Amino acid sequence: MEKKNYTVSIYTENNIGLLSRIAAIFLKRHINIESITASKSEVNEVMRFIIVVEVTEEQVKKIAGQIEKQIEVIRAYYHTDEELIFQETALYKVNSAEFVEDLTIQDFIKETNARIVTVTPKFFVIEKTGKRHEIDNLYDKLKPYGLMQFVRSGKIAVSKNEMPISSILEDFNTININS
Amino acid sequence: MEVKTAKKEKIIKQAPTTVSGAEAVIKCLLEEGIDTIYGYPGGAIMPVYDELYKYQDKIHHVLTRHEQGATHAAQGYARVSGKVGVCIATSGPGATNLVTGIADAQIDSTPIVCITGQVGSHLLGSDAFQETDIVGISTPVTKWNYQVTKAEEIPEVLAKAFYIARSGRPGPVLIDITKDAQFASLEFNYKKCTGIRSYKPFPKVNLSEIERAAELINSAKKPMIVFGQGVILGGAEALLQHVVEKAGVPSAWTILGLSAMATDHPLNVGMVGMHGNYGPNVLTNECDVLIAIGMRFDDRVTGNLEHYAKQAKVIHFEIDPAEIDKNVKAEVAVLGDVKETLQLLLGFLKSKNHDTWHQKFKDLYKIEYDKIINNELNGKEGKLGMAEVIDEINTSSKGDAIIVSDVGQHQMVACRYAKFNKTRSNVTSGGLGTMGFALPAAIGAKMGMPERQVVAIIGDGGYQMTIQELGTIFQTKVPVKIVVLNNGFLGMVRQWQQMFFDKRYASTELINPDFVAIAKGYFIKAKKVTERSELQAAIKEMMDSPEAYFLEVKVEQEENVFPMIPTGASVSDIRLE
Repeated sequence: MEKKNYTVSIYTENNIGLLSRIAAIFLKRHINIESITASKSEVNEVMRFIIVVEVTEEQVKKIAGQIEKQIEVIRAYYHTDEELIFQETALYKVNSAEFVEDLTIQDFIKETNARIVTVTPKFFVIEKTGKRHEIDNLYDKLKPYGLMQFVRSGKIAVSKNEMPISSILEDFNTININS
Repeated sequence: MEVKTAKKEKIIKQAPTTVSGAEAVIKCLLEEGIDTIYGYPGGAIMPVYDELYKYQDKIHHVLTRHEQGATHAAQGYARVSGKVGVCIATSGPGATNLVTGIADAQIDSTPIVCITGQVGSHLLGSDAFQETDIVGISTPVTKWNYQVTKAEEIPEVLAKAFYIARSGRPGPVLIDITKDAQFASLEFNYKKCTGIRSYKPFPKVNLSEIERAAELINSAKKPMIVFGQGVILGGAEALLQHVVEKAGVPSAWTILGLSAMATDHPLNVGMVGMHGNYGPNVLTNECDVLIAIGMRFDDRVTGNLEHYAKQAKVIHFEIDPAEIDKNVKAEVAVLGDVKETLQLLLGFLKSKNHDTWHQKFKDLYKIEYDKIINNELNGKEGKLGMAEVIDEINTSSKGDAIIVSDVGQHQMVACRYAKFNKTRSNVTSGGLGTMGFALPAAIGAKMGMPERQVVAIIGDGGYQMTIQELGTIFQTKVPVKIVVLNNGFLGMVRQWQQMFFDKRYASTELINPDFVAIAKGYFIKAKKVTERSELQAAIKEMMDSPEAYFLEVKVEQEENVFPMIPTGASVSDIRLE
């Protein structure tokens, strides 16, 4: 089966150690995590992890099953890129001298819809949100001008289809009351 | 007088429920009905031990000689009784010594709760004396774990721990409690846990899947059941028997499924897997419907998956959704507790018999009997064989004993030959293959089922991994029977070296001590048998002993276990020699 990028979205309780428990599931299977983010979700007190891995569908299905089995995981979904709306964000710190002297940099920024976040006499910070190749493209352009620092976030994504966490949580509550 | 009593009652009622965290731990155990725990004290768990001293009339703490022994004893206790086993240890090395037992309990779905002491919360992360990140270390091998740093968390966390350990697919839980949380006080109020948001231990049963399963079974010409420990964990042994008998299906077991159905039941066709019986392994690749009940298609069961039951439609009864399609694709997956799903299935099953198909199992058994079993049971010359010892125990126990086996050749022989009439009678380390499991597990098994005979069958290698637990047996006077089958080798590894490494016996020969002298050093009755003529009397003496008893049997040094599915081979390529 063909390997491709899968984005695993995991809704969890907000507990210490859960990240390590989830990461251990990838480690045990010798699977490299391409990117990871953790944040609050649309539901109060529910965390959302987004983990990108390059695996086969069979692998990602089993991984999602193992993740969902963890006590404090509410639900784990996996999606292909086509099923998602997704973005990454990057920050580029460039030398002010270069920036001011070379007008082509300013053109790149306009062309790529990047944004200047901070200006100081010594450096500028530019922010770009978009697809990976767009961020890489700007990186390649800025690199020759002495990129002082660069950082890119993990992928953040929302699915086109519904992920009905609130109703799943309600289900848990009714099950627990009935049992 | 009356006034005084009334006054006293009033005092009791008004008595503050403020207790220390350490006392709360004990009160939680009592609330959960725990009366026996296994452990080893040390600095960071001392407040809890101080409370155990006060509560010693209510909770029997068994001091093992190593923390690993405490986990295996808790496992043995849990496996035979169905209750949650509890063990307790200090921080640092005390906690890390639990890890093997925890990993064993995880892979064999055994409900245990491990409580560890931890350095004070102000010292966390400072590399304090005996500080170790046991929550981090145990994460991949626990069903759940949690670090308590505040006394008031203790009741709720322990209630959750017991609920998680025993519900759904059971497993080990570790609770790490900092020393300051043990000392601090709290208002004690215990509420048993009945549910956790985000945790669904019992998946909803889908009736249409059960109907589909029944249709397949009803129309099958060559059906075969393979049952595992799920049947025992679900308490569905009687239901399984009804299903088997009604549908007339030849039924085989995995190593952990052993004893869920009487070994002499006419439809019991033996063990599947690497050293299982010939018939069920070969016919796995001939059956038209394979009904897997509470088992997880371990690689030791399936051999090469590319050639496993490819012709069959697989029905998988399973409580853990993550097991569905993990190793073998299921045509029909019936999620749920087998106690519930088999009951429902029964309503849809037609009464059938499959005598012609069943005869095939019998024919293959005959081949295995002539080639292997007969020789192993009825050896007349040469050194004693392991199977003869098990057979002699069967004769004496009449199938009523609990057999606790370690890991290796003797384990395979014990599981192949032991007779069982009762469920929860086969205690062995299946998934992890933990040498050293049996001696401490037998202690726990005997304490979990004191009225039953408990016989540990151990090799000379594994025995020496936890031999110090003889001290626990001596101190507690727990009357377990210990049989060491001594072949002077790490026999299973030696067998592989013989078969696959041109007999290069690298580090598998054991120069052993005087085992009888060691047992006697612990004041345990002990005997050694080297001759066939002495065996029967020695087994009888051991089984009749009201006290603990150690029996060493010198067996053939280079005996091999057959049948065998070599690694990477298909189940139907099982070798008889």
